[in-house]
Amino acid sequence: MEKLAITLTVNGSEEELLVPPNLTLLHLLREELALTGTKNGCEAGECGACTVLLDGEPVNSCIVLAAECEGKHVETIEGLAERVGMRKLQEAFMALNAIQCGFCTPGMLISAYALLQRNPAPDELEIREALVGNLCRCTGYDRIIGAVQQASREEEPA
Amino acid sequence: MTTKERTPNLIGSSPRRVDVFEKASGSAIFTDDLQFGRGLLYARVKRSSLPHALIRSINLEKARALKGVKAIATGEDFPNRVGLYLKDKHIFARDRVRFVGEPIAAVAAVSEQIAEQAVDLIEVEYEPLPAYFHSEDAVKKDAILIHPDLDEYETANFIFPKGGTNISNHFKVRKGDPDKIWEACAQVVQRKYYVPHVQHVPIETHVAVAQADRTGKVTLWASSQSPFAQRGLVAKALGLSPNQIRIIANYVGGGFGCKAGLTMEALPIALALKTNGRPVKLRLTREEEFFTNFVRQALVIEIKLGCDANGNMLAMQNTMYWDGGASTEYGVNITRAGGYSSTGPYDIPHVKTDSYCVYTNNTIGGPYRGFGMSELHTGIEQCVDELADAIGMDKVDFRLKNIVQEGDILATGMKMHPTGIDRCVRKAAKAIRWGQKTAAGAANKRRGKGIALMWKAPAMPPNPGSSATVKLNEDGTILLGVGGQEIGQGAFTVAAQIAAAELGVPMDTIRVTGPVDTDYSPYEWQTVASRITWSMGNAVRAAAADAKQQILAIAAKAWDEKAEDLQLVDGVVVSRRTEREIPLKDFAVYGIPNEDFSGWTGGPIYGRGKFMPDYVTGLDPETGQGERAVVHYTTGAQAYEVEIDVETGKMEILHAVSAFDCGKAINPDLVKAQMEGGLIQGISSAVFERMIFKDGHMLNPSFVDYRIATTMDLPDKITSIIVEEPQDDGPWGARGIGEHPMVPTIAALGNAIYDAVGIRMEGPPFTAEKIYLHMKDQAAQKE
Repeated sequence: MEKLAITLTVNGSEEELLVPPNLTLLHLLREELALTGTKNGCEAGECGACTVLLDGEPVNSCIVLAAECEGKHVETIEGLAERVGMRKLQEAFMALNAIQCGFCTPGMLISAYALLQRNPAPDELEIREALVGNLCRCTGYDRIIGAVQQASREEEPA
Repeated sequence: MTTKERTPNLIGSSPRRVDVFEKASGSAIFTDDLQFGRGLLYARVKRSSLPHALIRSINLEKARALKGVKAIATGEDFPNRVGLYLKDKHIFARDRVRFVGEPIAAVAAVSEQIAEQAVDLIEVEYEPLPAYFHSEDAVKKDAILIHPDLDEYETANFIFPKGGTNISNHFKVRKGDPDKIWEACAQVVQRKYYVPHVQHVPIETHVAVAQADRTGKVTLWASSQSPFAQRGLVAKALGLSPNQIRIIANYVGGGFGCKAGLTMEALPIALALKTNGRPVKLRLTREEEFFTNFVRQALVIEIKLGCDANGNMLAMQNTMYWDGGASTEYGVNITRAGGYSSTGPYDIPHVKTDSYCVYTNNTIGGPYRGFGMSELHTGIEQCVDELADAIGMDKVDFRLKNIVQEGDILATGMKMHPTGIDRCVRKAAKAIRWGQKTAAGAANKRRGKGIALMWKAPAMPPNPGSSATVKLNEDGTILLGVGGQEIGQGAFTVAAQIAAAELGVPMDTIRVTGPVDTDYSPYEWQTVASRITWSMGNAVRAAAADAKQQILAIAAKAWDEKAEDLQLVDGVVVSRRTEREIPLKDFAVYGIPNEDFSGWTGGPIYGRGKFMPDYVTGLDPETGQGERAVVHYTTGAQAYEVEIDVETGKMEILHAVSAFDCGKAINPDLVKAQMEGGLIQGISSAVFERMIFKDGHMLNPSFVDYRIATTMDLPDKITSIIVEEPQDDGPWGARGIGEHPMVPTIAALGNAIYDAVGIRMEGPPFTAEKIYLHMKDQAAQKE
């Protein structure tokens, strides 16, 4: 297969890569850039473990082709950890034991982060709806929802 | 442990988990995250497309010719049978296939795509055989044999295969004589329930990478709950010593039993032996994860239960047919566990149990959170409800009258240890406001309440061992070595708490070393059976005590004092007698200079500890009787209030209450986290989950068709209650809690549905459609 030259920005860093046309964003991140915080759970867009932000919107990176990301901005858990909003979410997840095996955690955090970006004070139903595409088999979700609520209640720093 | 000792403050507190910063930041390394560079080969597997057939021929020619293919392995390379309790499995099918998805060959290639293409080029000629998909069919007298050589298989001495049949284990309990008692019973209930296959569904699928060097040494990186047991099984399969195999197990992205024992991990090893040192990786697709590895066995259970006019249970007859699938190497012990726990948590004088493990041509059954207990209690606890109704007693009172208590002689002859089950029942009943009917939210809705109890013992060989090490660093910080796995339950955190508490050092000075590595980590049998807090906890405590003794001995010698007068408090050695003190960091590795400048006292400190239960006895094969069948039972109860829409069958769970006796909650918040996670997994299995098969092919191997609980499926309210009746040989009284919270769920919801709308279904999942259709049938019958 002939490779394609693409340029995209990942966590603020411009990357020029030669990729096969069928390479997904998930594999690009994990294998080409060693950004393994983004997890592979189903490769069918059904579990949410591979959620990243693409131009600010949460997407399942397993069903986005790398070639579609030409000129776009991708943010993963590794890059988002620099943001205050993400740090508040991480702190709440850690404080409330909203993490068990941790495999769904990066995707869950990113979906929650995207929610709080567009709706800083969601109610419980809005949180549930925003996270419905992120499967977790360990925690039973209740603590995750509580952690998002806690993070959303904290005031923005001046 | 002595009863007089004071429990350290850290035990029973809930410090932050030691692994969460790694996990929240995306830094935690799972097996698939390891980078092996350009030399890595990718494996795919040729799998059986038939449920039962003889293999006439396997043609690898076209696959071998494909560019990029580096190795192909088949059953020809591996004549040895493997298995944990019964050696009835080959790494690859040899002369016959026994389920759809069984590995026949595997290919290693330079890319996953090429490996997949090569697999498609492998030609297999079959001669189809009749296949069985229900345990009740496979046990019929004229059934053809799925394992004709069963008689020759090597087996653990507590497993009883019946050669010449499809029964790979028959566990019996004979206590008293129920047949003579039924007439004396005022009420008898006889029921049959069916619990379907479900899958564990870890969000991380199975993944393993293998590498073999030219000396024959094999290294395996695997997402594994049991690197040590796996090492033994790999050694057996390859005819090697465990000393030639190294297994490195990083964080596990959800296990629930499916990553115990040895399953797909053998496949990349088989390939790696042929790739001249290149590592080979196999990662199961989500589809493969559903039906090619362990699943939870289906169960057909027939229970007859009788009581006298005062509501005393007198007799139980319990017959279980477990659908073990095509291999029952691990599943035979689920059958055994179902057998010795077959009364549920009740004191019943007359018991007859027959628990059969049955070969079928379904996918292989294996350990799943609860190890048979969810399926067993689905039957028992709905029967108990019906018997309470029949005798006209309140269902909670009826249970309290019959629950197992300290000193009771169990069905196996074992004497029951202290248990807090009575408190679990009372607290759960109180929290759900038992006996108070609340008004439904609308005219088309009906409310109901249900309760179910449970018990479960760790199911394992009689003598599984744990060990731990405590190694001091130069600055007084500590590396805690364990072989138990962090699979999400919090094992590393609890280990650090136990070590810190026993030593007398701040918890944040302890790091639990990972990944678990069979070359460098202390031995641990497996991270299964809810045994880690108890068993590994004891080993950690012993290792910490050993290190502390060494620490105090050094200071005592340097100060010319007695070690008994010294203690380690918050990382500082303090003399009660002279009030001298010295921080651990000042002498942890290099020791203390003698006061007369004559040299040094001390040296590197390395504590070690172990634990192995040495008191479990064998059971008589004909009666199931023995002095001590198991190490202990964890008990508990769940209660629910539900509301059902009679126009659609849709059920809403208004309140879910869990109360479990964990002996002593080392970390209460983590105990509650287990109760909540298990509750939702249980609800998911009760309401949504079922593997649907047609002629052995799974029809719903995806998250779209096999639905698990999401954020939209939670009860309106969840209450988790910890009860603590100490375990005599647990660390500060602790026993396990990992599996138990999903065990009573199906039965408790079944009971709540009955209370709401008066229907009982033959088994889960209790989908809206099924509830609706049963209500319709019931209405039709009344007309």
